[in-house]
Amino acid sequence: MDNFWTTLLYAFLSMFLIFNYGMLLGGVVYKIIARVHGRFGPPVWQPYVNLVKVMGVRTAISHGIMFWLGPVFRFAGGIGLFLFMPVVFGSVWMQNFSFSGDLLLVIYFIFFGQLGMALGAAESGHPYSPMGIMRGLAQVTVSEVPFALAVIALAAQHGTLSITEIVAAQQGGIANWNMITNPVATLAGMMAFLGMMMHAPFNLHLAPQEIPVGPPTEYHSNFLGYMQANRAFFASAKLILFMNLFFGGATNIPVLVGKTFTLYMFAVFVGVVNPRFTLENSIRWFIRIPTATGIIAVLLYTF
Amino acid sequence: MTEVNNEENKIIKPDYCDPELFCTALPKEVPRMNNIIQKFYDWAQANSLWLLAFGTGCGSIEMRPLYTARYDISRYGIAPRPTPRQSNLFIISGYVSVKTLKRIIRSYEQMQNPKFVIGLGSCTINGGMYWDSYNTINRLDHYIPVDVYVAGCMPRPEALIAGFDELKKRIKEGRGEGANEYAKNFAWYKANQKKIIKDWDMPDYNW
Amino acid sequence: MKELIERLRSKFNAKNIKEQRKNFVFITVEKKDLEGCVLYLKEFEGYGHLTLLTALDWIEKDQFELVYHLHNYSNKTDVSVKTFIDRKNPTMVSINNLWAGARVYEREIKELFGIDFPGCPRVNDPFALEGWHEIPPMRKDFDTKKYSEETYFPRPGRYTKDNVAQMEEQLYPVEAEVKNGIAETVRKK
Repeated sequence: MDNFWTTLLYAFLSMFLIFNYGMLLGGVVYKIIARVHGRFGPPVWQPYVNLVKVMGVRTAISHGIMFWLGPVFRFAGGIGLFLFMPVVFGSVWMQNFSFSGDLLLVIYFIFFGQLGMALGAAESGHPYSPMGIMRGLAQVTVSEVPFALAVIALAAQHGTLSITEIVAAQQGGIANWNMITNPVATLAGMMAFLGMMMHAPFNLHLAPQEIPVGPPTEYHSNFLGYMQANRAFFASAKLILFMNLFFGGATNIPVLVGKTFTLYMFAVFVGVVNPRFTLENSIRWFIRIPTATGIIAVLLYTF
Repeated sequence: MTEVNNEENKIIKPDYCDPELFCTALPKEVPRMNNIIQKFYDWAQANSLWLLAFGTGCGSIEMRPLYTARYDISRYGIAPRPTPRQSNLFIISGYVSVKTLKRIIRSYEQMQNPKFVIGLGSCTINGGMYWDSYNTINRLDHYIPVDVYVAGCMPRPEALIAGFDELKKRIKEGRGEGANEYAKNFAWYKANQKKIIKDWDMPDYNW
Repeated sequence: MKELIERLRSKFNAKNIKEQRKNFVFITVEKKDLEGCVLYLKEFEGYGHLTLLTALDWIEKDQFELVYHLHNYSNKTDVSVKTFIDRKNPTMVSINNLWAGARVYEREIKELFGIDFPGCPRVNDPFALEGWHEIPPMRKDFDTKKYSEETYFPRPGRYTKDNVAQMEEQLYPVEAEVKNGIAETVRKK
C-alpha cells in the first residue's frame, strides 16, 4: 500500500468490474432458470433495466431512520465482504484491502448485511417483514455453522487466518487446491454454500409468492435499487470467497470468471431441479449432514 | 372529466388514523423532467413492468398462463411482484365489487409514483355482464386512473399481451401519468370512492 | 322413497310432495315442524349432509320460502324440505347446532334477504357486502338496475341486442320485415 490514492482507484475499479459481473450473472441465471422451465426468459441485461427503473421511481416513503439505514447496512455488508478479500491472487490492482486476519472479518461481514437489513425491515411495520427476517436469519445462521466449521478446519490446516496466505498455499496446480488436500472441509463448505446463495431448495425466506418477498416487503424505489445492486456485489463476493477458500483462487480474470461461474452454476442447477425446503426441513438438513461433515473436518486437523 | 369543486369535496383526516401506523399526507404531483434522463427512465419503466399479483375477479385466471412456457411474459421484462410497494403495474382483472374496490384503492395508493393500471375485461369498462348488479362498479376510471383497457369477456392472454404493448407505447410517449392525474384530481376520485364505499374505515390516503 | 314420504307425511304433515326424480323429492312442512323434520331426517333416515340452504322471495304471496336440501350418502337420495315464513316479520329457527356449515348459509341469507336467525353465531356480521344501508338486495322489491344506475356511474352508449332479432335482421331481413309489419298491423287493430 505505497500510495493511498492508487489503492482507492484500484478498489473502485474492481468494484465496478465486480458489480457488472454480478449483474450479468443475475441475468444469465434468470435465463438459465427460464430455459429449464421451457421459457425464453428475460434478456440478459434485464437486471440493469430493473435497476434503472427502481432508481427512476419518483417517490419514496421512509418509515424511519432504521428503515433508511437497512439498505445501507446491507450494501456495506456486500461491499465490505468484497473489499477485504483478494480477488485475483498476485495482481496489484485486484488485491483490495486484504490483510492478515481477514478470514474472521469476512465471516462477520457475511452476517452483517443480514442483521442491518433485519433492523431496517422490522421498522417498516409490515407483518411479513419480520416473518421473512426470522426465516432468513435462521437460514443464514444455520448455514453458517458448517461454513464456520469448514473455515476452522482450513485455518487449522494452513495455520493462518489470512485468505491471501490460504490462496498462496494452494498455488501450483490442482493437486494443491483445498478441494483435494482437504476434501471433507470442502464438502461441508459447499453444502453451506448452497444455503448461502439464496437459491432453491434454501430460498424460502425470499419466496416471492408464498410470503411476499420476505424482508424487503416494504422496500421500494431507491431502497430496492440499493438492495438489487448489493445482490450483485454480495453474490459475486461470496463466489470469490468460496473460490479462494476451496478452489485455489484465481491468478487472472478469465480464471476468476470461469471458476466463479462454475461455482454459481452449481448452486443454480441444484436450485432449478429441486423443490423448496421449508425452514424446518432446511434447518434439520443443515444441522445433520453438513454440520457432521464440518465437525469431522475440524477433528481431522485437531488430532 | 367533470369540473371539481375542491371546496365542497374537502379532504378531512379522520380521528381513527393513527399517525404511527398511517401516513395521512396527501399525494403530491411529481412533474416530469423534460429531458433525456426522463426519456431513459421511461424506456426503463416500459421494459421492466412489475405487475401486482392481485386478482380482483375472474380475469385473474387469464393472467396465470402468461407466466407459463406458452406465453412467457418474462421475455418482455414483465414479472409479478407480490407487494404493491415494488410493483408499478396494476391489472384490474375483471369485475370489481365494492368490497374489492376498497382493497384496490388501498393497494393502488401504496404503489409509488409512476404507476400504471390496465383494466382487463369488459367489466372494468362499463360493467360488462354485471352492469346492473347492485354490488359491482360500472366504470373503473371513476375511481382510479386507467391507462389501458383490454376489452373482452374474458380477453385471451394474447389480448393482454397486446395490452402490455399498448401500455409500453404509452409509457414511452410519456403519457403514463396516472399517478400525477390521481394526485391532481384527488378530491374528485375520493368523492366518487366515498360515494359507494359506505363504511369508510381507512385513512383518506394510505401509503 | 315411498316409505320415507309416508313417514314424513304422518309424522310432520308434509304437503305438496313432488317427486322430481326417483331419488329426489320435494316436501313442504309447516314452519314449526321444520326443525323436527330436518333433525329426524338427519338422525333417523341418514340424511347427514346439508347440501344447500337458500331462500326465495314470493312477494305476491307476501312470504319467504326457505329450502333445506339434504343428501343421504348411503342410498344416494336427496330430500328438499321447504317451508314458508311470513315476509313482514321474517325470523326462522337456526339449525347451526345440527350442521355447523349452516352458519354461513344463515349469515348469507340474513344479509341478502334480511331473514333473521336468532341464536346463530355471527349472523349479523357482514358477509359479502360491506357497509350496506339499503334494503337487502335479493328481495324482489329492491330494484337492482335502478340502484346500479344511480350509484355506479353507468357509461353511456350501452345497448343490448336480442339474439333472435339480431339473427333475423342479419340472415332473413325480408322475412323479418314482413313479420314485423304483420305484428304491427295486428297490434294496431
